[in-house]
Amino acid sequence: MGPLITYELISQDTNFLLAFIIGIGFGFVLESSGFSSSRKLAGIFYGYDAVVLKVFFTAAITAMLGLLFFSLFDWIDLDLVYVNPTYLYSAIGGGVIMGAGFIMGGYCPGTSFCGASIGKIDAFVFIFGLFIGVLLFSEGYPLWEKFFNAQFLGYPKISTVLGLSDGIFAFGVILVALGMFWVADWAEKKFPQPEY
Amino acid sequence: MAIQEQILKKTKYLNPYLGGVLLGLVLLAANFVSGRGLGASGAIKSTLVTVVNAVAPNHAENAKFYQEEAISHGEKPLKSWLVFEMMGVVVGGFLSGSLAGRLKLKVEHSPKITSKRRLAFALAGGILFGFGSQLGRGCTSGSALSGMAVISLGGFISMAAIFGTAFALAYFFRKNWI
Repeated sequence: MGPLITYELISQDTNFLLAFIIGIGFGFVLESSGFSSSRKLAGIFYGYDAVVLKVFFTAAITAMLGLLFFSLFDWIDLDLVYVNPTYLYSAIGGGVIMGAGFIMGGYCPGTSFCGASIGKIDAFVFIFGLFIGVLLFSEGYPLWEKFFNAQFLGYPKISTVLGLSDGIFAFGVILVALGMFWVADWAEKKFPQPEY
Repeated sequence: MAIQEQILKKTKYLNPYLGGVLLGLVLLAANFVSGRGLGASGAIKSTLVTVVNAVAPNHAENAKFYQEEAISHGEKPLKSWLVFEMMGVVVGGFLSGSLAGRLKLKVEHSPKITSKRRLAFALAGGILFGFGSQLGRGCTSGSALSGMAVISLGGFISMAAIFGTAFALAYFFRKNWI
């Protein structure tokens, strides 16, 4: 039955229309959770506001369990769902550079559009920076092409790598998340910061 | 009293766990409908490639990155799932912000730093994040969050590298935030 587009239950144009509607939901939830504020986003790294951790992990677990149950009920064929490829070096290298950008800029790409949508000027400047960064990558592409394509491991699931079933792995993620939520609540009380 | 409470409530944010469940359902819907997760940086790349194709067509024809893009994403990079999704993000963010009374043109920064400093760091952070998202084949949404939902090894590596690095560097940039 699902994914609808792969089974040709909807047309490509409908798929784009639904992408727009899904985007509205994405932007609405991000903004109402406080992701339009760089101050709230950066809070996780100093303990005063753990909204990023709570929303991010709750969302990942909800979607993960949803997909596992949908698959169990035969509502979706997980073999047809896109799984990100793993290029070991560039995943780590890109992640490290993004982490530095995160703590300096206070946004990530999705949240910066959210911040810009309610008038945050710092978010507009961040987005301008994103374009420069992407341009630098594309213009200098031959310089890092080798690194970019090195250590391609295919499309592995982390559960397979660890030798666990998907369900057991998801259960483990839930336990880890609960532990982190507990620490986050403690940190929010321990390192409070005023709103501004 | 009740009205005051409502006004106060209106400017407040959603409970983070409720927000998380809703975001998870949006992500689940994306996978169910389109067989893919959410994303953001891909839309920036599509826009940039379109601009370069229009402004410097000769350059785009000769540079390897744009050649590979033309092969993998076709002649019209703007007609892509992520571009439509990101247009929705702006609409959705604006709707939520207007309902909550948060629409305001401003530079958000700690009272301990100037807006100029905040903007300089926002620019530098954006450049790094833009570059890193291309190297890492996706950002916090596309690689980390959506990758984790499908239990992809790459998704978990991205998540750990992004948040781990930001934590490790937090001390050096503390003046900007606390």
